[in-house]
Amino acid sequence: MTDVILRIRNLRTYFFTRRGIVKAVDGVDFDLGKSECLCLVGESGCGKTVTALSILSLIDSPPGRIVGGEIYYNNLNLLECPPDQIRRIRGKEIAMIFQDAQSALNPVFTIGDQVVEQVKLHLGTTTREAKEKAISLLEEVGIPTPEKVANYYPHQLSGGMRQRAMIAMSLSCDPQILIADEPTTAVDVTVKAQIMDIFNQLKNTRQMSLLFITHELSIVSEIGDRILVMYGGRVAETTTVSELLNNPKHPYTASLIKCLPDITQVRDRLETIPGTVPSLIDPPGGCLFHPRCDKALPICREEKPPPVTITNGHTVFCHLYSRKGEMG
Amino acid sequence: MLNHKLLEVENLKKYYPITGGLFARQIGEVKAVDGVSFYIKEGETLGLAGESGCGKSTLGRTILRLEEPTEGEITYQGINITKLTKKELRGLRKQIQIIFQDPQSSLDPRMTANQSIGEALLIHGMRDDQERAKRVAEILERVGLESRHAWRYPHEFSSGQRQRIGIGRALAVNPKLIIADEPVSALDVSIQAQILNLMLDLQKEFGLAYLFIAHDLSVIRQVSHRVAIMYLGKIVELAEKGEIFQKPLHPYTEALLSAIPNIRQKKKTRILLPGSVPSPLNPPPGCRFHTRCHRVLPICDKEEPPLKDIGEGHLVACHLY
Repeated sequence: MTDVILRIRNLRTYFFTRRGIVKAVDGVDFDLGKSECLCLVGESGCGKTVTALSILSLIDSPPGRIVGGEIYYNNLNLLECPPDQIRRIRGKEIAMIFQDAQSALNPVFTIGDQVVEQVKLHLGTTTREAKEKAISLLEEVGIPTPEKVANYYPHQLSGGMRQRAMIAMSLSCDPQILIADEPTTAVDVTVKAQIMDIFNQLKNTRQMSLLFITHELSIVSEIGDRILVMYGGRVAETTTVSELLNNPKHPYTASLIKCLPDITQVRDRLETIPGTVPSLIDPPGGCLFHPRCDKALPICREEKPPPVTITNGHTVFCHLYSRKGEMG
Repeated sequence: MLNHKLLEVENLKKYYPITGGLFARQIGEVKAVDGVSFYIKEGETLGLAGESGCGKSTLGRTILRLEEPTEGEITYQGINITKLTKKELRGLRKQIQIIFQDPQSSLDPRMTANQSIGEALLIHGMRDDQERAKRVAEILERVGLESRHAWRYPHEFSSGQRQRIGIGRALAVNPKLIIADEPVSALDVSIQAQILNLMLDLQKEFGLAYLFIAHDLSVIRQVSHRVAIMYLGKIVELAEKGEIFQKPLHPYTEALLSAIPNIRQKKKTRILLPGSVPSPLNPPPGCRFHTRCHRVLPICDKEEPPLKDIGEGHLVACHLY
């Protein structure tokens, strides 16, 4: 990887609830390169979204708080920035698309107004210029009659159209980094295909880094360059997409791939991962995955697995590959 | 598999009136289900797929008469369900059960697992407390929970476990047919596989028939014997699973299948459907799919294609064939 635009080190975001401390993100490290697409993958509650919200300082506090770590955006530690400065970066240089476009858009303003507002705020243009920009953005994301749609309210649009409008809005200030949080989860298959098509086009036309959050491995293969698999608020494995899909090392990643129903073939039984995702209030000791792991070693119960480098850029957090694991 | 037809649906329609104006006159209709016919054999799974708003859930609910059909006939083992009184219907519901998508909202938050499953038994005439408790424990175990979980409330379970309770509740009264309305779409992949396996096991053990409603075609493929594809209230294609996935005939089925992302095939050619699903309030004339079809013919916007058999039980509603 050449240039790193976002560097996250030992990020820990905890939620202090009445029932205890939820370690939603517990020591996550990763780098996002310039014009790279990194996919964050994992099951619900694994900390994908909290990681994204932490980057933008959007964690609700209380109950949440970033208790440690560093988030460097171009050598600027976002966690040490005053709120004013974050506000100027958020939306302008680092933009985010939310899962549910319905609730992320303001229902009482037209689509056009919402894009215009952002352009005016961050770029300081006149209303007329902002409007022109808004319309060209709506066109870029494949909205057929952008002049008309700009005057529509969110409820007048279909789910797919709303998601496009969200994407247009996030692109309005030509962000350096776009964080897309499950942008295709709430839509139908055919619409999903359309949205993925837009993302692929954006990837080719814009020099933008993309942090793509999804729970669907199948989507990753279409868009991602690298992938980061999370489990229980920690990183399980990170490598390039093709390496991960063809040569998964972490037992969790391997089973996750195996238990996907496959459209091209039918098996008698699906592979499963026994048990459920652990509670993050009272997590199991050692490796969080050990109660569900079929390859668990005695050491897995005792010690948190260290990062092990398999090849350049392929890191896995698993005792199976560490020296201690071999000896034990 | 037996060849006996368990359920037969004939030209089923469900329209919802839309009222408006000063005296709430009817100003239109949403044709949620518009003339659907199919059958399900004993011990068979019919997969029903389609995008949101195509009427798949309404169809499932109408079969149970949770929604009153506007027109058409539903025959269960020779009995016409559409004409039954409420009381007669109750006996029948023992044989046809439903599993909902969201176990969080389909379970009463103030009832323990024991009560939720027990209620089904009580309603269907198992009045003896001890007998009921025994049966509940049996069911919990069968769906992969422990009998000590019986006294827990829904919020104390994970979503996968909650869906197991939902399945247990349906199973409690020994049904023959279960309508599963998106039973796994709210679940994580690792849990989804567990639930699908459970449903397949139960089918083998109890000879259950399923109407399996889902939007995820790879899930449908895993569990179904035959598959029906719906678009805007109508079945556009219905065939054996192998047929429909190997050689889909309807352009909509083709597009749906090509739209599925697959980790095992990188970058394939994809048929991108333009636009979005038209409103069921005012469906396009002729074939409803013609506005988005990539193989449209001149006749398509004039005449509605009938669902016809083009050999070996492969039904398709398209002017191309």
